[in-house]
Amino acid sequence: MSFNLLVLTCIGYVILLFAVASLAERMAAEGRAKWLRSSTIYTLSLSVYCTAWTFYGAVGYAARSGLEFMTIYLGPTLVFVGWWALMRKLVRIGRENRVTSIADMISARYGKSNALGVIVTLLCIAAGTPYIALQLQSIAESFTVFVRDPDALGLSTNRTLIAFWVAVGLAFFTIIFGTRTLDANEQHHGVVTAIAVEAVVKLVALLAVGVFVVWFVATGPADILTRIDAQALPEWQIQPGRWTGLILLSAIAIICLPRMFQVAVVENTEDRHLATASWAFPLYLFLISLFVLPIAAIGMEMMPAGSNPDMFVLTLPLHLGQDGLALLSFLGGFSAATSMVIVAALALATMVSNHIVVPLWLRARAATRRDTGDMRALVLNVRRLSISVILGLGYVYYVISGGSGALAAIGLIAFVGVAQCMPALIGALYWRGASRNGAALGLIVGSVIWFYTLFLPSFGPDTLLPAQLMSDGPFGLSWLRPYGLFGLTALDPLLHALFWSLLFNALAFCLGSMLSFPSPIERVQAALFVNIYDRAGPARSWTRPMVEAEDLLPMAQRIFGPTEAQSFFRMQAVAQGKQGYLPDITPEFLEALELKLAGSVGAATAHAMLAQSVGTAAVSVEDLMAVASETAQIMEYSAQLEAKSEELSRTARKLREANEKLQTLSVQKDAFLSQISHELRTPMTSIRAFSEILMESADMSDDERTHFAQIIHEESIRLTRLLDDLLDLSVLEHGQVQLKIGSANLRELIDQSITASNSVKAERHFDLFRSRDTEDIDITTDAGRLSQVFINVLSNARKYCDADNPSMTIRVQRRGPMIEVDFIDNGSGIPRDQDALIFEKFSRLTDSLQAGGAGLGLAICREIMHNLGGEITYLPGQGGAAFRVSFPQVLNARAPDDAQARAAE
Amino acid sequence: MGKRVLVIEDEPNISEALRFILTRNGWMVEVNADGHAALDKLAVDPPDLLILDLMLPDIHGFEILRRLRAGTRTSDLPVLMLTAKGQSADRAQAERLGVTRFMTKPFANADVLAAVHEMAGT
Repeated sequence: MSFNLLVLTCIGYVILLFAVASLAERMAAEGRAKWLRSSTIYTLSLSVYCTAWTFYGAVGYAARSGLEFMTIYLGPTLVFVGWWALMRKLVRIGRENRVTSIADMISARYGKSNALGVIVTLLCIAAGTPYIALQLQSIAESFTVFVRDPDALGLSTNRTLIAFWVAVGLAFFTIIFGTRTLDANEQHHGVVTAIAVEAVVKLVALLAVGVFVVWFVATGPADILTRIDAQALPEWQIQPGRWTGLILLSAIAIICLPRMFQVAVVENTEDRHLATASWAFPLYLFLISLFVLPIAAIGMEMMPAGSNPDMFVLTLPLHLGQDGLALLSFLGGFSAATSMVIVAALALATMVSNHIVVPLWLRARAATRRDTGDMRALVLNVRRLSISVILGLGYVYYVISGGSGALAAIGLIAFVGVAQCMPALIGALYWRGASRNGAALGLIVGSVIWFYTLFLPSFGPDTLLPAQLMSDGPFGLSWLRPYGLFGLTALDPLLHALFWSLLFNALAFCLGSMLSFPSPIERVQAALFVNIYDRAGPARSWTRPMVEAEDLLPMAQRIFGPTEAQSFFRMQAVAQGKQGYLPDITPEFLEALELKLAGSVGAATAHAMLAQSVGTAAVSVEDLMAVASETAQIMEYSAQLEAKSEELSRTARKLREANEKLQTLSVQKDAFLSQISHELRTPMTSIRAFSEILMESADMSDDERTHFAQIIHEESIRLTRLLDDLLDLSVLEHGQVQLKIGSANLRELIDQSITASNSVKAERHFDLFRSRDTEDIDITTDAGRLSQVFINVLSNARKYCDADNPSMTIRVQRRGPMIEVDFIDNGSGIPRDQDALIFEKFSRLTDSLQAGGAGLGLAICREIMHNLGGEITYLPGQGGAAFRVSFPQVLNARAPDDAQARAAE
Repeated sequence: MGKRVLVIEDEPNISEALRFILTRNGWMVEVNADGHAALDKLAVDPPDLLILDLMLPDIHGFEILRRLRAGTRTSDLPVLMLTAKGQSADRAQAERLGVTRFMTKPFANADVLAAVHEMAGT
């Protein structure tokens, strides 16, 4: 097969995957296709465990060591069948705390410590690098094996160059796959679906080769068994010690590998899926390992001596002239490698951005006291860069290690590396006494031992470690030899490293935890994680907030974007039974906000950002009394009490608000009457005075007489207008208004409203900022009433905006069936304590702003918008007076009924 | 030479009416819509009589009255307060602050002239 054709096939396959991912993402966004989040997809996505190592390496492993390759599948099987409770707890904690990665999980449990996040991130990168190198190596190798095109020989035999382009291609692919948007809870529907497709491809490919080998090369299972026996080597003997160690290692890896954590915990949506996976995933592993030994045996029998057994899956069909089967097998291996690299790079990039770059950047910004701006673009770009760097590291490792060594050995090195997270992770789930210092100590000690006894030596003597150091130990201290620590030479290097690193890791973890006193927030998080199934949390991590919602909103806007942040704040306000955009800052609200932030930037960063805004209101010693003195009874009792007192305080708050509202209404009624009196008497004063003048004076000039008559005329019109406004308001309030619903164009409506409002304070010049294209929307509503609202808001800005160079920004956006039109000026806005009042009758804020009109404008606007099935609200925190007018794009004629029903209440 | 009267009133039509009837009656009339500016002027060069509106855009009529009564040259200045609100609480408050006469709008021109003459002692 020609080199170019093979490259084209790969690219075509990747484009197909991308199409699947895009389609899945679009369907998920539209809320269709529940099957995208089904148990089947979840189970298939777990198969990202089976990388190129499984696909190619297992056969090589079997050729060298017989059944030992099974250990790599037995560990995960044991976890899913036997330690199901552990997985369930892990997944539940991960989902409820919106954990974004394994680093985030450990950091969150141990007091949201960012230092721990950094340690785990670095460890995972160090362990992930060889693993990624392994995938690059296997793809490069499969390329060189497959291509028999003499023209491209120069290129196709240069594995380093192929590996380079594979790395570039995969980086590009991962970036467009995984970092298109910043998802609030780090779930990637598209990626998961594509991974599931790849899972099917690699299983089908391996099964096809297996079936071919058993029934077409051999004559059936019986024949295969005798031929396997014939190939058996002395090394194929089962070594119980090594088996136990390897099963333990792969069991730990399935939990701790960043990519496994990503698909199993972060992408999980329901406990139910895990229940299915507990039998379905072992079944998948069983199927994918079923034909490994037959392929290995036949390969050893038929392939020329010296062939690389790691490539049998590919070379055997080629050797037997089955080019189609070989291509399928190639695609299977390609799927295995790409799915691993994509998920691993995505998981690692999330860690790097959440635990290293964003915290550093926030700190730098805080130090220079600069505004943090919109962070979404930053986070996405950091992730893109991280993906490139991680794949670059994998490539560098491949080049340095020379691409040599059996595939399985490299994979196992990575396993031992990530296994260092295990003590801290198990402690996080089951041991409340586990502390941050213990976790950090254990992780560091374990990682250092792993690095020294396995990672560095893996490059071979004299690459990174001098040969002399490896054989005699540093400074001639033989008990410090990397492969013979403390004189232990009976184990092979892998088990040796696993034994010492995990032993010292666990010891340091326990000792450090027992000797250090956990901080309040660690205690709270410990209780939350260990007792995840007890619904009533014993303590809260926020108390006595000393911050205004208005201060938190800008921060939230930078992370989620204005639309998402505003709707979150609004939903919270509604949940508290409040109107407007700003909820009360309760501990519950802060927790909800922190959880949402954690979904985007990780628990540690989210906590740090909130702590910075809220000040010193994080957990206090008093809150811990609850944690310290809890027993099951006390907890249950206090939970009941809490529920009751919460209900009481909710009722009390509602009563208080109702009472306040009544009082305000009563005061408003008096003020209303007094205002009406004033507004009516003022024009009447002029009318009476000038009509008396006209009656008494016979000796006036005609000009004077005309002028006075004109004044009387003007003032009677003013009086009429006031009465009209009052009647209008009364009709609107009682829902008796007749709407004239018809088609209109929003842009034209805004144009007309601007022209009409220009007559107010005509001497003032306003800079207008509009996006005429987005305004071009056809609407069906009462256009006259709607433009009455626009004109009122625009006129108010002309009257009250106090900027030297006044400007008005008009922003139009669609939200489902609704259209939102925001009017934002650059004046000093409306004071916080008064923005709830402005829509009340005659609520001109101060007498000094009595610039004209009777103060009925916004009250009328509010009633009009109710009648049009929408609303007008004040948007706080926009840097000026900002009003949002929202209404349905198509108003059906029933809306006034609603208004009537409301009026009747 | 007639006596001087200052009118503090922000409604231009009302102040024009007052200017017309008072001028015809022999007064020298000055009108000011700005409360603060009027206060500055009153402190330096008080007129013989002041007609004061209650609801002004920049400063409340009661505040002007309070400051006048506290000032040395204006503590005895005759003040006629005109208001469109006409609540009894306002009248009581004005009297506490030392207003000379208190009338509600709309007024009869003859009543204003009579009150002004009585207050100025003419």
